[in-house]
Amino acid sequence: MSRAEDCNNSASANEDKFATRLIHFGAEVDKATGASSVPLYQASTFHHFSHSEPPKFDYTRSGNPTRQALEDYIAKLEGGVRGFAFSSGMAAISTAFLLLSAGDHLICTEDVYGGTYRFLTAIATRLGIETTFVDMTDLDAVQAARKENTKAVYLETPSNPTLKITDVAAVAAWAKENDLLTLLDNTFMTPYHQRPIEQGVDIVLHSATKFLGGHSDLLAGLAVVANESLGRRLKMLQNGLGSVLGVQDSWLLMRGMKTLQARMEHSERGARELAQWLAARSDIERVYYPGLPDHPGREIHERQSRGYGAVVSFDTGSGEAARRVMDRVRLPLVAVSLGAVESILSYPAMMSHASMPQEVRHARGIGEGLLRFSVGLEDAGDLIADLEQALAR
Amino acid sequence: MKIESRLAQIGSVSEPGTGAVNFPIYHSTAFRHPALGQSTGFDYARSKSPTRTVLEQAAAELESGDAGFAASSGMAALTTVFALFQQGDHLLVSLDLYGGTFRLLEQIMTRFGVSATYVDTNDLDALEEHRCPSTKAVLIETPTNPLMMVTDLAKASAWAKRHGLITIVDNTLLTPFFQRPLELGADIVVHSATKYLGGHNDVLAGLIVTKGKELSERMDFLHKSCGAVLGPQDSWLLMRGMKTLALRMERHEANALAVARYLQTHPLIAEVFHPGLPDHPGCGIQKTQASGNTGIFSFKVKDAALVEPILRHIKLIAFAESLGGVESLMTYPTVQTHADIPEEIRRKVGVDDRLLRFSVGIEHVDDLIADLSQALAAAEAELHAKGDL
Repeated sequence: MSRAEDCNNSASANEDKFATRLIHFGAEVDKATGASSVPLYQASTFHHFSHSEPPKFDYTRSGNPTRQALEDYIAKLEGGVRGFAFSSGMAAISTAFLLLSAGDHLICTEDVYGGTYRFLTAIATRLGIETTFVDMTDLDAVQAARKENTKAVYLETPSNPTLKITDVAAVAAWAKENDLLTLLDNTFMTPYHQRPIEQGVDIVLHSATKFLGGHSDLLAGLAVVANESLGRRLKMLQNGLGSVLGVQDSWLLMRGMKTLQARMEHSERGARELAQWLAARSDIERVYYPGLPDHPGREIHERQSRGYGAVVSFDTGSGEAARRVMDRVRLPLVAVSLGAVESILSYPAMMSHASMPQEVRHARGIGEGLLRFSVGLEDAGDLIADLEQALAR
Repeated sequence: MKIESRLAQIGSVSEPGTGAVNFPIYHSTAFRHPALGQSTGFDYARSKSPTRTVLEQAAAELESGDAGFAASSGMAALTTVFALFQQGDHLLVSLDLYGGTFRLLEQIMTRFGVSATYVDTNDLDALEEHRCPSTKAVLIETPTNPLMMVTDLAKASAWAKRHGLITIVDNTLLTPFFQRPLELGADIVVHSATKYLGGHNDVLAGLIVTKGKELSERMDFLHKSCGAVLGPQDSWLLMRGMKTLALRMERHEANALAVARYLQTHPLIAEVFHPGLPDHPGCGIQKTQASGNTGIFSFKVKDAALVEPILRHIKLIAFAESLGGVESLMTYPTVQTHADIPEEIRRKVGVDDRLLRFSVGIEHVDDLIADLSQALAAAEAELHAKGDL
């Protein structure tokens, strides 16, 4: 049985399988007209037909039918109770962090996305939220970081860009025992591969700009909560802070999500091939991919996820070698971002993790020779051939 | 160039590839780097996106500022501006304030140690009285919503500058077509562009315009770091709306003034709040600092029992939240826009259960007056029948 089938069959007997849920998510047919796609309600405000009975939607920041369809969709896919759509992944993440208050302490994975690191160290600190960055794969270190005012733990697994694996259930269980919220950025895996709420996580976050959208054509963030009380608190913040996703972008995101499984399956196959090919090369110092047999987190990853994802990082040994590859590749876009139909090659040291101080970066394994390859929908053989000519001396 | 011309020309022929007279919508989130360490100026859409950039530059120029930033809503713009502050900071804020701003300050910012005192920002003595060592900024709405109180922007900004405070002005109601606060000494202008700038009740958006290099750089950092940016489609729709801003504002102003004058003479109306009416206390300042009046105003009916039937009987005018669109909307602030403001503050300001806010659209004024007239008559008849009036 392939891992993909495994994923499908893990859904409970009376629930549709994942591929079916992607297409039949509840709002796929417009009830008023039978239209095969959710209409774009490009309205900021809604008429009150009666003074005494307020309409379901009254102002688009507070709620919009198109955005609501998306929010229900992601909640269903992640197995949570309520979803929220934001104008970017960072808008989702920064809004979720504001569930905390001045005086609170957060434990965060040390190889967190550079933008999250920047928000925590440059903005959240000024608002009185203190963060300790730890190696989240080391539960002792996580426990040792807890203080009296610790309120939450923030995970990314696999992490970006070195794809380290955190034991989600173990951290979430420990957090629950200590009354801490667990937040997890599930961007790399998407709910197709990994559903953290099932592992005990309270809030799942996404840069939906990546695999969920999948086409490098929209900026969006999503959040899903595991219970109603968190849902009410996050709703208040989403509405109060106002960083909601626009109507057109909500629609585009749903359009992208319908092909999530088809895209993830194809890209993951390519990523596995690419990782194996890179691992066999003598001019590559190290390959980071949880699907490789020698990946230290492989066993935990397989327990909590149904696939390895489409991102492969590899160390070319030097900044010079990394730059040569970037200059010579023809197929992948050399750019920031990941998770799209087109392959994207990034240079974390100067792109996604540029906002992290050099010494911190190096301590986290993000050296000058590291490249991150987000495998798209091209033919894997073509991608490998392109990388081969780029690596040739 | 006159502002009408600048508005009509937003984004026009600035696309070098094709000469298209409307700037294209760039949906792309990622941008190819020509070579390592080189950039086209665009790397990742959250930081900078071509369509949004055209809008941001237009906003900066129209408001006579140095940098513009487009946000996903008016509240997102304000939230981004508030990220300038930190734990322990204090703000002086207009007393009669939009409910969403009040909620952001009282229910969210307070949790991060940022506090606010609500004062009449046109009263320098009151500002001085409530200023403390931790005060960092003054946030002004003028005219205020819904009671249309006017603040002398030049005076308030000069006072703030003397004390090293940042002056932030919410210019949503007047737009740069009628009022440009940065020219009067303010440092930051914010907009709910959902309102007059967009103008069609079809796009949610916010804008920030800053003056000065340092403030502009700080805002750029906060804008991309917090991530509440406006999408390309909405950026484009907003520019499309802004091209007709001058025409719409002139019509909104004329209609609102005519309707306000009509209501002033109506026996069921107790009071009309419109800064263009000569007996309004802010009328004089308004004339010196703004070249016109906005399209909203508010009024109090003589009896709160009239509110429900009026809202039920209006036909052309929609009963809905928001303002600034081409279509006329009536709002009941006590239960809608200002529901998050505690009753004691609402009463102190004068937002009570007899107050209605009217966002006058660009329909023909005769039809608007006729609709109001029939709704008032029908409401009166109902109350008479019940013996309530």
